[in-house]
Amino acid sequence: MMNLLRLFSGRDASAPVARERLQILLAHERGLRGQPDLLGLLRAEILTAVSRHVTLDPDKVIVRMDRGKHVSTLEVDIEVPNGFERSLAAAG
Amino acid sequence: MAKVLVVTSGKGGVGKTTSTAALGAALAQMGEKVVVVDFDVGLRNLDLVLGAERRVVFDLINVVQGVAKLSQALIRDKRLENLWLLPASQTRDKDALTEEGVGSIIAELRTRFDWILCDSPAGIERGATLAMRYADEAVIVTNPEVSSVRDSDRIIGMLDSKTEKAEKGRRVEKHVLITRYDAARASRGEMISIEDILEILATPLLGIIPESQDVLRASNVGSPVTLNNAASAPARAYTDATRRLMGETVPMMVPTERKGLMDRLLGRRAA
Repeated sequence: MMNLLRLFSGRDASAPVARERLQILLAHERGLRGQPDLLGLLRAEILTAVSRHVTLDPDKVIVRMDRGKHVSTLEVDIEVPNGFERSLAAAG
Repeated sequence: MAKVLVVTSGKGGVGKTTSTAALGAALAQMGEKVVVVDFDVGLRNLDLVLGAERRVVFDLINVVQGVAKLSQALIRDKRLENLWLLPASQTRDKDALTEEGVGSIIAELRTRFDWILCDSPAGIERGATLAMRYADEAVIVTNPEVSSVRDSDRIIGMLDSKTEKAEKGRRVEKHVLITRYDAARASRGEMISIEDILEILATPLLGIIPESQDVLRASNVGSPVTLNNAASAPARAYTDATRRLMGETVPMMVPTERKGLMDRLLGRRAA
């Protein structure tokens, strides 16, 4: 019955769009539930690893996840102070 | 055997308090001994919807902290002798509620009532988790709208993991109650369909409450909609939902536009 109504309601019906968006979103959110905060964990470990070699401002480490339909990307943005190369050379 | 039922949603403004009052009153009208407990500390409203706002002396937190006895805080409804209210505190910090404190109150209420209806605050924080903590059953109030369905899904996840029952490996019996259903918008395909909501949430349906002026009118005068206008479409839908809670099999009525027209013809101003 609802499908029939939908047929007659024309192309402007937004309900099917709502359903599709929800299905995709919830499939993803359910997968995350109960897991530790992955991004927070990654950020903390990256910070620890890099800090062993370079002095970093912890607020300048940004880890971001972007989700695409097929592929997701993990973006890690670390701002390092100038003179970073010199400290690397000294360490090497 | 007493049943603890949490009325929850995640999202605010979907009709938790209205539904708690309506279901509580309908259960009491069927002869069950009912207490409705307001867990919305700091933003209590169940007293107002039930028309008991001027009779609140002690509240849930007073009882948790031992300032008042449970019997001093319970307010008996003036119309239904089987219906009682345990109000929330309007002034205190919500952190005053503890898991142990709530647990002992619920245990005491279980000995005195057939049904303990917990009106959850919105959100997923402490107040909401405490309201569901000791639930045997849950009514997830959902509007046919994407953000409400998403939040309901989140709450269902919490009911399956953060309740005492879930932690003991048992299940909280869950029901979806769809409120503010607008038949006109549904027929135009502008509202996510009930089938889609149920498929997404994978939870059985308790009832469909139509969007209606009767709900607002009932809260204006401080009376549960099932009492204020028992013949109205939302009252009948709540009564049917209540009978389903009691284990009866009641055919599901999907509100239609024609019903609205019938109501108008009969002189009622429906939705």
